[in-house]
Amino acid sequence: MTDKLVTIEVNGQQLQAEAGTMLIEVTDAAGINIPRFCYHKKLSVAANCRMCLVEVEKVPKPLPACATPVNDGMKVFTRSPKALAAQKGTMEFLLINHPLDCPICDQGGECELQDVAIGYGRDLSRYSEGKRVVADKNIGPLIATDMTRCIHCTRCVRFGEEIAGIREMGATGRGEHMVIGTYIEKSVDSELSGNVIDLCPVGALTSKPFRFNARAWELTQVEAIAPHDSLGSNLNLHLRGNKVMRVHPKDNESINETWISDRDRFSYEGLYSSDRLTSPMLKKGGEWKTVSWEMALEMAASSLKEIGDGDQIGTLLSPTSTLEELYLAQKLMRGLGCNNIDSRLRQGDFRLDANQKSVQWLGTGLAEIDQMQAALVVGGNIRKEQPILAHRLRKAALAGAKLHYLNPIRLDLNHNGEQDVCTPSEMVGRLVAVAKAAGVRASGGAASLLKSAKTDAFAKQAADDLKAADGAMVLLGGLAQAHPDYALLYTIAAALAKTTGAQLSILPAAANSVGAQLAGAVPHLQAGGTSAEHAGLDSVKMLKTPRKGYLLMGVEPGRDFWNGSLSMSALQSADMVVAISAFRSPELEACADILLPMAIFTETSGTYVNAEGRWQQSRGAARPQGESRPAWKILRVLGNLTDQPDFDYVDSQQIHDEIKQLCASSTLDNQQAELQDLEQQLNSDALLRGGDTPLYACDALVRRATALQQTLDAGSETICLHPQEAARLGLDDSDTALVKQNGNQIDLPLQLDERIPQGCVWISTGLARTSTLGQPFGEVTVEKA
Amino acid sequence: MVNEVCLRTLDLERPWLMEQYQSRGGYQVLKQVLSEKRAPEEIIEEVKKSGLRGRGGAGFPTGLKWSFISRNAPGQKYVVCNSDEGEPGTFKDRDILRYNPHQLIEGMILAGYAIGATRGYNYIRGEFWEPYERFEQALREAREAGFLGENLLGSGFDFELHTHLGGGAYICGEETALLESIEGKKGQPRYKPPFPAHFGLYGRPTIINNTESLASIPMILEKGGEWFADIGVKNSGGSKLFSISGNIKNPGVFEIPMGTPFSELLEMAGGMKDGSKIKAVIPGGSSAPVIPGDQMMDLTMDYDSIASAGSMLGSGAVIVLDDTNCMVKILERMSYFYHEESCGQCTPCREGTGWLYRVVHRIESGMGRQEDLDLLDDVADKISGKTICALGDAAAMPVQGMLRHYRDEFQYHIDHKRCMVGAG
Repeated sequence: MTDKLVTIEVNGQQLQAEAGTMLIEVTDAAGINIPRFCYHKKLSVAANCRMCLVEVEKVPKPLPACATPVNDGMKVFTRSPKALAAQKGTMEFLLINHPLDCPICDQGGECELQDVAIGYGRDLSRYSEGKRVVADKNIGPLIATDMTRCIHCTRCVRFGEEIAGIREMGATGRGEHMVIGTYIEKSVDSELSGNVIDLCPVGALTSKPFRFNARAWELTQVEAIAPHDSLGSNLNLHLRGNKVMRVHPKDNESINETWISDRDRFSYEGLYSSDRLTSPMLKKGGEWKTVSWEMALEMAASSLKEIGDGDQIGTLLSPTSTLEELYLAQKLMRGLGCNNIDSRLRQGDFRLDANQKSVQWLGTGLAEIDQMQAALVVGGNIRKEQPILAHRLRKAALAGAKLHYLNPIRLDLNHNGEQDVCTPSEMVGRLVAVAKAAGVRASGGAASLLKSAKTDAFAKQAADDLKAADGAMVLLGGLAQAHPDYALLYTIAAALAKTTGAQLSILPAAANSVGAQLAGAVPHLQAGGTSAEHAGLDSVKMLKTPRKGYLLMGVEPGRDFWNGSLSMSALQSADMVVAISAFRSPELEACADILLPMAIFTETSGTYVNAEGRWQQSRGAARPQGESRPAWKILRVLGNLTDQPDFDYVDSQQIHDEIKQLCASSTLDNQQAELQDLEQQLNSDALLRGGDTPLYACDALVRRATALQQTLDAGSETICLHPQEAARLGLDDSDTALVKQNGNQIDLPLQLDERIPQGCVWISTGLARTSTLGQPFGEVTVEKA
Repeated sequence: MVNEVCLRTLDLERPWLMEQYQSRGGYQVLKQVLSEKRAPEEIIEEVKKSGLRGRGGAGFPTGLKWSFISRNAPGQKYVVCNSDEGEPGTFKDRDILRYNPHQLIEGMILAGYAIGATRGYNYIRGEFWEPYERFEQALREAREAGFLGENLLGSGFDFELHTHLGGGAYICGEETALLESIEGKKGQPRYKPPFPAHFGLYGRPTIINNTESLASIPMILEKGGEWFADIGVKNSGGSKLFSISGNIKNPGVFEIPMGTPFSELLEMAGGMKDGSKIKAVIPGGSSAPVIPGDQMMDLTMDYDSIASAGSMLGSGAVIVLDDTNCMVKILERMSYFYHEESCGQCTPCREGTGWLYRVVHRIESGMGRQEDLDLLDDVADKISGKTICALGDAAAMPVQGMLRHYRDEFQYHIDHKRCMVGAG
């Protein structure tokens, strides 16, 4: 391929293009339509459907536009008799074995085959033989199959190989007997699997949760921003009336390209969970009573005021809230003298807060990740934390980037990469080893840390690769942020990044983790993302030294916290808990005194600031359910009722503008100074727990998405441990074991898993029962139940 | 000039053995090339001069194919031999593997030398167990004699050769499907370009030639390209192996000069069986359009002559049919074959071959409709030239050929619901 521009002629129209570009890209850009099925701009060229055959001057046979590179002077005819004959011929072949069951097919009305057949098909079939029938497969709870409709374009197969990075679908059989499937019937488990629904040009692969629920022409489309991970993937919500029926990706090349994760695609099911909170409620004498908004708001305002001392209140906000909600919540509470505000609910170590004077972020643009030449991921299973980001990292790896992972669990990588797996307490030492290999220097206590570290092959290679790369990152993922020594990991990573010239990257946990810092919804920063005048307590301290009252927004006690059992006990013992929430849950009802029903992301307008600091606004697509209201309206009235000035907002845009102004000079900056001397908190030879938050356990909405909860990535309430560790403990995989942590105990089935390091048991957090244990990393005991 | 090139050892006792091959001057030219360090460009030039065209069926000039490889490009390059011989009616490469495997090995080494490849694969049809064992035995002998391995005969040139036994799919005889198959993937043709010369086995520059083509190389280099070209006629250099079968007395493989009259070939094969009358000839494997017997008797066995009759020389598989054959039945069997062997990758072939078969089957079963003849022509036309590889054309051409020359038999079937000829 060269950069040379050539001129071609398509149907008499002169077009310029780079030599070697495929013809179909050139015609697509010029708005000249050539029918196609197997071609997709993000997948490799297969040229198997033969629908895009066109006539090229001086070439006897028609050529597929998707696989024909343009060269200078080429004359193309896309609708000449010869081209049309070829296209119509292909169309007829595609239809002879297609069931033509459009009236009962979910793809009807948005089907590429149907659309193209209108233009190129016959009105009567000449094929009078019996049609091919293919048995359907059950490939899991997300994707419905009707393989008789398949036209063998292999987009789904290529997606698995090229994008998802796991070959889950393939073609077996020959000729007419060729079948697309999983070979051995199994579920398709990629965290990006739902994209094959969009890719499938026919109704062979459709959305299982959406199946038979609506017709494409009944739906209206509204844009939105995905509320789960920190990417802010662009969505198209499809509504019928007031109800979100399904979610599709909206192309945004610099964020999600044409993809979305299954979490973003299927979480909408949670919107209609039967435990949606639809009216304000008060707890009286242990009984919940539905009350009017007026009464509920007055009670909430007066209760918060009655506590008197603002410092006796804790404010815990979900980082999936909108920027406006986070901003108003902290403004309200700071107005009441409360500086104990936090939205980093899954973080456990805040020792660096005092030094942190700016907003933490990814440290780089999302699109730049594709170009990275090396990365060290510390404590992060990116694929199962933020799938689209993992896709970009994989792209870098495929382009030759050297990726290194340091984790307390072996990951199932879908690309080349080196892994160092150690127990949670060894993580600090291993990271120091990389720092040492890279030549990081320090004085005082930190120097002894370096001195005691042993560099090994992994450390040397990681350090060398970071140094040699033109564009590298040290990325602290979710597992690192949940680590009791996150501050220590952070300072080592920062020093390592500084020495190697790599970018220090923090993977923001949720849709508005960066926004929350800009909004001042953290104890150490105020609105605008600058140091708070009066730093408050962080989310753990607020619970460890229980407050008299709490304001919760969008969070569920137990499930959403670093230390589930601690959150339950602190909230239950408080005098007054006001919860702004979209859902009811037994845990919330046990803790709260006042429940104020809030709208969720599809029902409210607001802003999300993603990992790279991009502000994206989303408008409400549907009316809030029942009596629920957008949280910004609830907070605005609470501001009025607590007699606070400047709380007379009429719309969320006004709040947005106010924040924007406050943030005019704010900067996103992760860089830390020298390696700091911090005591290692987790330094134990005892049996340690490790724990992730499963992909579909991360927030209240996802936890209620029923189809996602049936997948493997929903996580399981088990104790996973290495077979040898199990043998040491006298356990085997048929056992149920009793696990004790911080005085809490539960019994869970045992699962042997060689990915878990020895000396460690793996128990995920955020699940119904495991939330009653303590923090994800810490000492535990396990015994036969 | 019979059995001068690929079958030059056929008259010997156990001709597949190294000593026998060497007794006829085998490996001499390889030794000479290596010791004299003959320029690879000169070798390619000699092959070009010979007029050797691909013996697998497509007839692409071998020397030209070799010259597409940039031999000085860094990295691995490959020589691949296509011994998948799956075209119905063809059984000539089997005899090279059985009776003269060393000449193929020598040819492959020379090809490797010419294009700068140090590794070769011979992809042998899965059903060829005896030929596979003969070839493997020959490989062992060649390795022992120092013709394979590192630093051949002290020349500094390395060449290693492996056998890959196919799994029985016709489509793996298509060169890029064959490469996929060697790579361990499903045998499906690749879209071209890029051609194997640039993106071949494991993505590396590769030449892939038919067994007979490669086995011809040692003689071409020994006696010169001109010598080879002169055996044949214009545009069809050399001699060629013909596998002749059908209603004849002595079916078999004959190596004869290109341009030999068909009547002579028929005579060598003993003429028609039991004195029956020749009805038709399929001159180049089942995918070559049929030629009526009378017309065939006037043709010579070379590319241009056969092409002038609207067919092709193909792999040199000559199927002779006498007047007891029902052409509908013959076409039904051939269409069934292509329907079964289509890989399923691209639409016209996947869907169209089954359609062709079903319509022919319907006619043969006495359930044909008047519109079926036009339908057959139309479906064949819609497959032809629209597919990734040539299997689509191979399925369409027999249909088109049969309808061109024997439409009346098909019509008879439709009208009378039975055969025109006695057999069916």
